[in-house]
Amino acid sequence: MSAQVITVTSGKGGVGKTTTVANLAIALAADGRKVVCIDGDIGLRNLDVVMGLENRIVYDIVDVIEGRCRLRQAMIRDKHFQELYLIPAAQTRDKNAVSPSDMTRVCDELRPDHDFIIIDSPAGIERGFRNAIAAADRVLVITNPEVSAVRDADRVVGILEAEEKYAPALILNRLNPTMVKNHDMLSAEDVLDLLAIKLIGIVPEDEGVIVGSNRGTPVALEPKSRAGEAFRHIAKRLQGQDVPFMDLDKQSGLWDRIQRMAGRK
Amino acid sequence: MGSFFDRVVGRKRSADSAKERLQLVLVHDRTDLTPAELDALKDDLLKAISRHVEIDPDAVQIGVERDGREQRLVADIPLRSVARRRTG
Repeated sequence: MSAQVITVTSGKGGVGKTTTVANLAIALAADGRKVVCIDGDIGLRNLDVVMGLENRIVYDIVDVIEGRCRLRQAMIRDKHFQELYLIPAAQTRDKNAVSPSDMTRVCDELRPDHDFIIIDSPAGIERGFRNAIAAADRVLVITNPEVSAVRDADRVVGILEAEEKYAPALILNRLNPTMVKNHDMLSAEDVLDLLAIKLIGIVPEDEGVIVGSNRGTPVALEPKSRAGEAFRHIAKRLQGQDVPFMDLDKQSGLWDRIQRMAGRK
Repeated sequence: MGSFFDRVVGRKRSADSAKERLQLVLVHDRTDLTPAELDALKDDLLKAISRHVEIDPDAVQIGVERDGREQRLVADIPLRSVARRRTG
């Protein structure tokens, strides 16, 4: 077994990276995969609260890198799944406490015993981002249908494509089908046309996402949640399954076209 | 009257504005070419071409087009016909 390392990044902050990492990790674990997530946002630790594991932290990734504990000691087991772990970020240090080669070393140590390693990147395109993508086999770029998020995603995709090894794919998060229908929000087609990269998922705006993070229970665990369903589908696609894109607003014409654009039909 | 009507009814929807603005911004972000630099490039190009053939500067169209993630400089430069030059 050798884990696939997936980094979730976005350029812009606040588009849903941490939520996406938590939900994909939960959905993969629910499918029986062995998963470790790593919070790469040193100094602004957040994945622990979104996953509801903040009270269990003893050691963090900087402790591992600086040799104060073994890797295993910094791995916090999830509340819901035996085979899902979190390696938290350090809260009192900054991103210079980690280097790209440290990240690669940690991932290489984890690879043999897991199926997926999911890394939550900090916002921006500097040191923390470089650390987060250093070990990545593939990179998921998150954006929202909003001008600043799309522009920043384009910058990130440009950087990733220049290095030709990350197989970047797009997650369009927080799409509001009603606003799209009223032409007051960029559609998935618009965003794909602008960014011209492979699409791996569209997540509809869903109040349940905030309710889930309030409770530390990611929405992917909610069978009826639309966003949860979208995250579960992305997790299946990461496992190599061909899952059709959801019909978000029951206007099949539009979604058929998107699926064709994404090469899924 | 037309403009009032436009503002109330025919005003461009915000998603269309977003897309158009992003199309321009991304071209500049990706090429590192400002609108002013693009104009200077056009002027140089026209000067160079005019040294060899006669062209109508007003009919020239030069712009950056997107093709997937690639940008290309596309120029449409109609040449003045020889016949017209002689009679004119």
